[in-house]
Formats: sequence, structure tokens, C-alpha cells
Amino acid sequence: MANPMRDSMINDPLAGPRWLRWLLIAIAIVLMMLLVFMPLAMVLTAAFAKGVGVWFAALIEPDAVSALKLTLFTAAIVIPLNAFFGVLTAWAVTRFEFKGKRLLMALIDVPFAVSPVVAGLCLVLLFGANGWFAPWLAAHDWKILFARPAIVMATLFITFPFVAREIIPLMQQQGSDEELAARSLGAGAWTMFRRVTLPNIKWGLLYGVLLCSARAMGEFGAVSVVSGHIRGLTNTLPLHIEILYNEFNSTAAFAVASLLAGLALITLVLKFWLEARHGDALSQSHRRHS
Amino acid sequence: MDLQLKQLGKRYAGVTALDAVDLNIRSGELVALLGPSGSGKTTLLRVIAGLLHPDTGSVLFGDTDATALSLRERNVGFVFQHYALFRHMTVAENIAFGLRSRRRRDRPDKATIRRRVDELLTLIQLPEHGPRYPEQLSGGQKQRVALARALAIDPTVLLLDEPFGALDAKVRIELRRWLRSLHDKTGQTTVFVTHDQEEALELADRVVVMREGRIEQIGTPHDIYRQPSSPFVYEFIGRTNSLVGHYANGYFESDGCDLRWPVDLAGAGSGRLYVRPHDLVLTDAGDGHSARITAAHRRADRTTLELNVEGQPESVELDLSMTSNATAPAAGDSVSIKPLRYCVYPLQP
Repeated sequence: MANPMRDSMINDPLAGPRWLRWLLIAIAIVLMMLLVFMPLAMVLTAAFAKGVGVWFAALIEPDAVSALKLTLFTAAIVIPLNAFFGVLTAWAVTRFEFKGKRLLMALIDVPFAVSPVVAGLCLVLLFGANGWFAPWLAAHDWKILFARPAIVMATLFITFPFVAREIIPLMQQQGSDEELAARSLGAGAWTMFRRVTLPNIKWGLLYGVLLCSARAMGEFGAVSVVSGHIRGLTNTLPLHIEILYNEFNSTAAFAVASLLAGLALITLVLKFWLEARHGDALSQSHRRHS
Repeated sequence: MDLQLKQLGKRYAGVTALDAVDLNIRSGELVALLGPSGSGKTTLLRVIAGLLHPDTGSVLFGDTDATALSLRERNVGFVFQHYALFRHMTVAENIAFGLRSRRRRDRPDKATIRRRVDELLTLIQLPEHGPRYPEQLSGGQKQRVALARALAIDPTVLLLDEPFGALDAKVRIELRRWLRSLHDKTGQTTVFVTHDQEEALELADRVVVMREGRIEQIGTPHDIYRQPSSPFVYEFIGRTNSLVGHYANGYFESDGCDLRWPVDLAGAGSGRLYVRPHDLVLTDAGDGHSARITAAHRRADRTTLELNVEGQPESVELDLSMTSNATAPAAGDSVSIKPLRYCVYPLQP
């Protein structure tokens, strides 16, 4: 009996000659090693270069702890908000027809397109000492720039597209028939959302949230512009790493960097697990991206 | 409950989808909305359901004006072409959804819901399929579950949007016969949309033929088939031949032939005679319109002859039943043809 695998390889018009296939695969692996794996390995090597004790000391140093706290604080605000905004936007875009819908679709991608530094500068322009809202803020004694609010806002802006981008194709593909069916069966808006919409998008939503949190914790450019780099107050983990590095304290810098990389790795592992478990539901949304 | 649609109008982006449609549907009736795409049949169904709001006119359920009621308040059972089953719920949960979603004071208790679900599973002949998920079902099974889900809420009216459109031909025929017997059992007032005339004629008590947002004809399947009110309905309902000619004094004379066929038309003028391929027969010379066979297509149950008719611009088709003729005529033969059952419509000048 013919081996179906083999037949399909021979007949697959996209397969090309064997050597070409292996060459392409080899190039991809080498590039990944050079660009992704080696730097990560370097970070870890450098972090532990002077022993676990030094590494640990760099992590429990008060400024590092406060930077970690600020990073987690920011993520804790930004992730739920952007999950909420993302679902809201996806809903509006896929379930309603309105003027300016295409513009809204384009606007969703602006944070991807604009340099984070520019995003930060926009906040400075609005809330800075000479900014539009400066008189009003001064009158009410509110501090936005060089404080937590600006850091949260910058991160919100940068990570806005992740959830929306993830859910929109999913909701477009699924259409609104199930929701209409729920309504025709007498379900209220909230019941419909909770029992029909949400279960249908939950894996896409979770995936978007993961990407969003990875970026929220790692964001540097926009936050750098608005934070003011006040040690122990307005430094996030990435900013703290930069300061350490600029002070030639590279072991500490790499130690904190390994912490950040660790957070990223956790999200990556979660992502892998999600894909392995719910590959079908996720791939539906990913086919549309390409 | 009777349904009354009064002067319904709907426009989309400058295109008239419904143009002052009036329609009464009696309680317990099974009505087909039939028409080509763009005829407004789906729009009409969605207006009845409350999925779309009409620009003008009103929808009455019994004596109550339902025009302003939302989809949720109308209590209609809507069945979608692509089933729209809740994919993360089991079959039983799908069917129970409507009852479970009711406000607490109207919600039956769990045992009652379970009993109702079991009843419906039996009704749709899937008694063992309650714990399965929609993706484990075939298309025909999914559509039956969708139907059970819609019936669970005891809807005022059951509305089906091209219910068999996504199924393959064999399942489609099975399912529509099943739906007909289900309707005979439950007497549920039902309106369904289709573009398939065969489906409409086989399934419905009454057929509503639509064209460009208006109702072209309403009648029993027999009426629609035998007495189409216009050339449009005639052509839409089945395979069609036409002969041009003129009529006067209650007779029609086709061009190229001096025989006259009695018609029920007053006045005089140019006209067109419509006849179905199986209503055309071969006859003796002098008793029919002379024609020449250009091709003969054999099928399992019949032979279809293609004919060039003398004096006529368009060729016609004639179905020969294989039981009646042992030796079918062949291409090139000269024959005479006669319409047994036909309709004549005046040509619009």
C-alpha cells in the first residue's frame, strides 16, 4: 500500500526540491538562534556572571523592587482596561454599520504605526508644563506627567491594538447570527454577551490579553518620555535596566533584564499552552491576519 | 395566531427592497416566500422577525401591532440558513437556551426544561444526541436542532431563512418532507424563504412569489403552477417554452402556423404563448405546429427534444416520457407539435 504521506510530499506542488526545503529550514533556524536565542542566553549568562548572590541582590535592591511594583501596577490597570476597550471596539466595528467605521479601523492600528517616542511626546504636549491642559491641571493640583498617570496612559496607548486586533477577525468570521438567534430566543443583551459572544471569543481574547501584557511590561520608548526617570518613583523595569546599564552596572542591569525576560517567558509559555490546547479557535483568527 | 403585514416598505441605500407589501397569513399555515435573489423575500422575513425595521407599514400578530416590538419581544422562532447553533453548547443546552434565558418569574423549573428538551429531541428524531456538540452533527441534523431550539419557546410564528440552502440535494429533499410532516403534526404557523421553486411547491400550503420588492402572485402551489399570473411567474416556476404570435376573439395564432388555440383573453394584439416541455406533445401533421428536431437528449426517465419551430425565433424543448414512445424520434426528423396546457400573455408594447 502506498504511503499517503510520501505521496502527498511528492505531489505537493509547493514542496519544491528536497535540498531547497532543508536550506530554507536551516536558514530560519540559524536566524532564530542568532537573533532571538543567543541574546536571551547572553542576558542570562551576564546576569549570573558574578554568582546567584549578586543576581539576587540586584533584584531585591529597593529601586528594583519599586520598578517591578510600578511595572506590575501599570500592567494591572492597563490590561483589564484594554481588554474592555478591545472588546468594545471589536463589537462596534463588527456589529454596527456607521459613518467613519473605516477610519476607526485605521485608527486602531495607529499605536502600531506611530513610534512610541512620538506617542510619549504627544502626552507631554497635552499634559506638560506648557501643554494644553497645563493651566487646568495646575489649578486642580493634578500631576499627570512624570508621574504614574502618564505612565499608565502611555502604556494604554501603546498596547491598545492587541486585544482589538485579535478579536475583530474572529468576530467578523463568526458573524452575528448566533447573537441574533440568542436575541430571538428572548435573551437580553447581557445574557447574549455572557453566554454566546464571550464564549465564542474567549480564546482570542485571552491571547490578545497575553500579547498586551507582554508589551505592557516591556514598553520602553513612550514610557521613557513621560516618566521623568525618578528612581524609586517613576521608573518601570525597562527604565530601571537602562539606568543601571548607563551607570556601567551591567551585572545588575542584566539581572533585572533576566527578570523582565522571565515575565516575557511566562507569557510565551502560556501562549504555547493556549495554542496547543485551543489551536483551532486561535488559528481561525490568525488565518485572517496573514 | 394570524399574521397581517400592511403596506410594508423598506429601502436600503436607495434601492427598494420592499414596496408596499400586503400579506395575510392564517394561523397554522405553511407559507413560502419565493423569488430570485434581490426580490425582497429575505427582507420581508426579517421584517416579520423584527431583525429589520420597516420604513413604512405595520406588522400585526393577531390584534397586536408588533411593528415597534424588538426581536426579543416578538417571540418568533427564527431559523438561519447556516443554523447559527451555539457552538460551545451541547445540543440539549442549545434547545434549552430560550427557556433558560427567560426572566426568573417566567422561567420554568429545571425538570420542566429537561422534559421539554427531551420532547423536542424526540420530535426531531435525535433522542440520543442531547450531549453532543454541534460540530459533531451533520448539516441536516444541525438544522433539525436549530428548528427544535426555535420551537422550544412556543413561538408565535416560525420563520425559516433558506432553511435547506446549505444542505446537499438528497438531504434537502428528505428534510423538507420531514418538515412538512412535522408541520402537519404541530400546526405551527410557519413562513419560509426559498429561491427553489420545487421546494416551495412541494412544501407550502401557499406560495408567495416576489419580484423586485413586490408580491407578484399569491396562491396554492397548484394555482401558481397551473395559472401563473404573469410571464415572470411562469418562467420562474419551471422550465418554459414560448411561442410568439397574436391573439384575437379568444384565439391565439402562433407565427408560422395557421392553427388557432383557444385562450381566455379579451381584446386583440401581439402575445406570447407559454408552455412547459412536458405539456408539449408530438401530433399528426396538420394537427400541430411543424418543427424540426435539432437534438435529442436521453435521460433516465425521459427524452428531451430540442426543436426549431417554423416561423418562431426561439427553439423549444419537448419532454417525451420514455414509457409512451418505444422509439423516440431522432435529430433531423420533421414533426408536428401541439401544446396541451398553456398560458397566453399579451406582449407589452
